[in-house]
Amino acid sequence: MIWSPHTPTISIGITFVSTLLIDAPSAAKKPETRPKRTRDGSGLRRYLIIRLLLIVPTIFILTTLVFMLMRVTGDPITAALGGRLTADQLQERIHAAGFDRPIIVQYFEYIGQIFTGNFGTTLSDNRPVLEVLTTYGAATLELAFYALVIAFIIGIPFGMLAAYFRDKAPDAFLRVVAILFYATPVFFAGMVLKLIFSVWLKWLPVSGRGTTTTELEMQLLKGKTGIYLIDALRIGDGAILADVLAHALLPGLALGLLTAGIFLRLVRTNVIGTLSMDYVDAARSRGVKEFRLVRVHAYRPALIPIITVIGMQIALLLGGAVLTESTFEWKGLGYQLTQYLQARDFVAVQGIVVLLAVIVAVTNFIVDVVAALIDPRVRY
Amino acid sequence: MTTTLPPALRPTKRGVLSRVKFLNNARSSVGVQRGMLLTGVILTALLILTAIFAPVIAPFGFSQLRDDGGLFGAQSAPNPKHLLGTTTGGYDVLSRVIWGAQTAVSVVIVAVLLSIIAGVTLGLLSGYIGGWLDRMLVVICDAIYAFPTLLLAIVMSIAISGGQSSLWGGIFAASISITVVFIPQYFRVIRAETVRIKNEAYVESALVLGASSPRIMFRHVLRNATRSLPLIFTLNSSEAILTLAGLGFLGFGIEPTSAAEWGFDLNKALADVSSGIWWTSVPPGLAIVLAVLGITLVGESLNDLADPRLRGRRAVAATAGSVAATSVDPVAAVAPDTESLITMLGANYYPEPESKQKS
Repeated sequence: MIWSPHTPTISIGITFVSTLLIDAPSAAKKPETRPKRTRDGSGLRRYLIIRLLLIVPTIFILTTLVFMLMRVTGDPITAALGGRLTADQLQERIHAAGFDRPIIVQYFEYIGQIFTGNFGTTLSDNRPVLEVLTTYGAATLELAFYALVIAFIIGIPFGMLAAYFRDKAPDAFLRVVAILFYATPVFFAGMVLKLIFSVWLKWLPVSGRGTTTTELEMQLLKGKTGIYLIDALRIGDGAILADVLAHALLPGLALGLLTAGIFLRLVRTNVIGTLSMDYVDAARSRGVKEFRLVRVHAYRPALIPIITVIGMQIALLLGGAVLTESTFEWKGLGYQLTQYLQARDFVAVQGIVVLLAVIVAVTNFIVDVVAALIDPRVRY
Repeated sequence: MTTTLPPALRPTKRGVLSRVKFLNNARSSVGVQRGMLLTGVILTALLILTAIFAPVIAPFGFSQLRDDGGLFGAQSAPNPKHLLGTTTGGYDVLSRVIWGAQTAVSVVIVAVLLSIIAGVTLGLLSGYIGGWLDRMLVVICDAIYAFPTLLLAIVMSIAISGGQSSLWGGIFAASISITVVFIPQYFRVIRAETVRIKNEAYVESALVLGASSPRIMFRHVLRNATRSLPLIFTLNSSEAILTLAGLGFLGFGIEPTSAAEWGFDLNKALADVSSGIWWTSVPPGLAIVLAVLGITLVGESLNDLADPRLRGRRAVAATAGSVAATSVDPVAAVAPDTESLITMLGANYYPEPESKQKS
């Protein structure tokens, strides 16, 4: 009943593809349209190929949307340099950059460039957008990693706890906490954490990714990854590692708490669903310990919807990273994006936004693949 | 004198009020859920009242820099005259927090109304007409849905206002930016419901009776497709406030002289934090938290009450059977609907939706 495709299921967790795969009702009526399964794994391969192909239209639509929207207001050169240059100079630069051609020509040129991996060149500091990504992407990745770790540590165990104590005091408390985490904008959470731990208690640094010494060491390191945690481990200096972690704690916490709230609710809802299943009762009557009951019997089957939805949080995490990075001057993609926004460098903004769209689309693909690998039901 | 029966045994009178799902659900809440619902309703009411009566409650105007006693001064600590101190720009913090409620509520109303109108219309058309229109719309909405909300809102606000604007210009720019983000959610829900309802017997009988398509769509389908709207509606309202604040924080808000906006104030307060000045950041931040908390609590409780799997066990008995198995989770909401895409790409093991069988 719950899984019926007629139910307006918008939160059952598993993506729509998988819902359809599980019980497309009319598939049963017309069995001849089903592909014959020659051997195990061909269903999976087919699923993966289709899912991979789905990325293309997604990216295409988003690119088109962003391109058209960014051009509604006019050409990027006037937006960035208007007022600073004379009309003639502006016209010259617009012509040089090709922004005076028909929009449709520019559009096809842009799409073509994207397919060759060229995301444009920023106006304000004249760098290829792809280079901006490789320079600052690592920092964002690192921040997202810390946030995810914190979210997992807090969200999953407490979500199980809330599900177990459903409708009792611990559950009520945890749910309100989860909603509070969700209701607090990351930048406000960041500011409060800063105020308490950096300014009043003076335990942790206010902003940045490391002290000047650390930053210098990182620059000098050969073959650096840009991910400070890895680089610090490779340098092998305890002080630097401690410094890197101290700088990462507050930003990671600010972004992580937001995500933790979401994970907590998600785990709670899904574990409640599985806890009421007959096999859990059966296990309980066999004398399985309560802890194991929640941890294994109820949590495992709830994992697939959880993984899928967690994957969808990547979009949220990236949006949150933009705000967190500006709060803590964490020099990643999001910080850079706000810098370009302030400089009104819309070529750079467009490039970064499209790149992030690609990242989101690819991550969603990976998540679906993981879900398919874990649960045979998903893949037919 | 009538004897009071336990709720489960009371005869159900279908009055006007009992048709309002929210009230029905609220009555069936118990314990913790009722507490959460009540807290949410109180906080939300507080937000709306503050918004309406801002001109009366606020001690000063949102862009007021001086009164008879001269300039307010910048960053002055809380004192009897300025209960929450003044900002870097020399505004009264308390007043701006109160006026901020007005901006937030206006944006929420405009944004949610716009996205309901657009999302519902598109969903209805897409689900009812089907075919290529449906597939295209589904693909577009999926793509937009997967995109980071805030980034889309930034791009929209650049497109609409070039980044900065006046009071109503700003409110509309922010609202429309948020609307685009929300349309896919309404679209998906309404479309799914429409596809389901389209095959119901009463729609077919209306067809047989010769009712026109618009009549069937709006009278028979739409009326029955809206049951989960209130849930998405509340959850989106809270997200709208957060998105507005995020836009404001990134400097895409409304100019301080046109209106008070919490996110914008937090942006200006960012530098103050490092020097230990708390009163410029904490009040607007708390205002956001309380507003979002209130609305989310209402939405959350509604969601639980509408979902028999999540409703308090005792309450299930009272309303079982009358409630649809609908679950809306603000976060989990709407996984990508790739059905049409798959058909488009030629993987023909999904049969066509039943729509074609009707004619």
